[in-house]
Amino acid sequence: MASNKDSFGRTLFVVVGLCFICSVFVSTAAVLLKPTQQENKLLDKQKYILEAAGLVDTKSGSVEKDQILATYNKYVEAKLVDLKSGEWVDGDANTFDADKAARNPETSFKPKNDIASVKNVANTGVVYLVNDDKGELQTVIIPVKGYGLWSTMYAFLAVESDLNTVRSLVYYDFTGAGETPGLGGEVQNPQWIAKWEGKKLYDEQGNLAIKVTKNPAIANSVHGVDALSGATLTSNGVQYSLEFWLGEEGYARFIEKARNGGLS
Amino acid sequence: MANAKELKQVLTGPIISNNPIALQILGVCSALAVTSKMETALVMTIALTAVTALSNLFISMIRNHIPSSVRIIVQMTIIASLVIVVDQVLQAYAYDVAKQLSVFVGLIITNCIVMGRAEAYAMKTPPMMSFMDGIGNGLGYGAILLSVGFIRELFGNGSLFGVEILSKISDGGWYQPNGLLLLPPSAFFLIAALIWIIRTMKPDQVEAKG
Repeated sequence: MASNKDSFGRTLFVVVGLCFICSVFVSTAAVLLKPTQQENKLLDKQKYILEAAGLVDTKSGSVEKDQILATYNKYVEAKLVDLKSGEWVDGDANTFDADKAARNPETSFKPKNDIASVKNVANTGVVYLVNDDKGELQTVIIPVKGYGLWSTMYAFLAVESDLNTVRSLVYYDFTGAGETPGLGGEVQNPQWIAKWEGKKLYDEQGNLAIKVTKNPAIANSVHGVDALSGATLTSNGVQYSLEFWLGEEGYARFIEKARNGGLS
Repeated sequence: MANAKELKQVLTGPIISNNPIALQILGVCSALAVTSKMETALVMTIALTAVTALSNLFISMIRNHIPSSVRIIVQMTIIASLVIVVDQVLQAYAYDVAKQLSVFVGLIITNCIVMGRAEAYAMKTPPMMSFMDGIGNGLGYGAILLSVGFIRELFGNGSLFGVEILSKISDGGWYQPNGLLLLPPSAFFLIAALIWIIRTMKPDQVEAKG
């Protein structure tokens, strides 16, 4: 028995058989669970979009799945925009995956001034338009991402229809293990998020003026947000993310057009 | 078949007297990483218990057919498959927690407890007892994780399972949280303290000097 078990043929048979069974097991699980996972992922994103727009309060417990879907479909319109020209482009913005497009050299470019360490940027970006009951534009949401201390941080920047006044900056995803809990992780603290409300992105001359800083004189002004204490690198990451995505290689063209001619 | 006493020994032994973290000092890496909150510690415990129990069960079932020259690879294949499935299930049914646990679910593959039990126990024990041994070791791992998580979340964040217990100064309360507890190194001190307590209670666990 023992010598038989360790023979070459038997070893090969056991290994190949086991690999076959395991691969069938793993792929079945992956295929069967994929639709639920994708639904979760989309739902999670939609929940944070609604939170950024101030339409749901996720802090007061879990929000019902149906409620998220219904609210999202009723008020939010996702559109694709060409970053270079700032014009709308066709396509399904709800299923558009900016990270996937950024990995493909044909649909992306390498930013010259990569302050947020995003490496590659998709040519098209998503913009979420949030309307009120009458169908009037209330909020514009721009997705931003950038490197903090340990991870790439994903957020939704929600601005009022003047594209200047900030409603909220909601961080919703981190790669890897995320930022340090209690320090950089505080970007998700409701109290810090609340500091963004009402801040202006641009000064009178139309230059980008928003600043995450520990300087109290600036932090208390209309363009300043108090940096996270003990998390300088995460705070810098937030600042650079905003500068990049609101800058020339981000959504600057779109914002310029939108501020001058409205979002018609 | 095993009698009730032996079964009890296999199930409860690893919780205090033969704890995988406190006595065998295995699986410490994930114990540092996922214990800043009770919720993640609990989910990690369940995930690890499921993987250890099932991998013990399957390895034990085919233990007489595993060629000894490739036995570690065979064990790893089974463990890795189970971990991937657990990860997929978490992403489908507990998305928020899966997001917080991120890479650590995948790293159960390299958790020495799973591998250690497969090699040390399941390779020479019948399936049912191996399964129970996996559950027991998962509970032992969980006991340490939840104790550490309890202290870290309560004193580091003033809450338990995300429910506020001590109201923090930053939220207008009176409690100044200890930020060190939210960082992984604090778990080193806590695990060391637990080991100290267990070894004071049970002096037979102290290694001989020299």
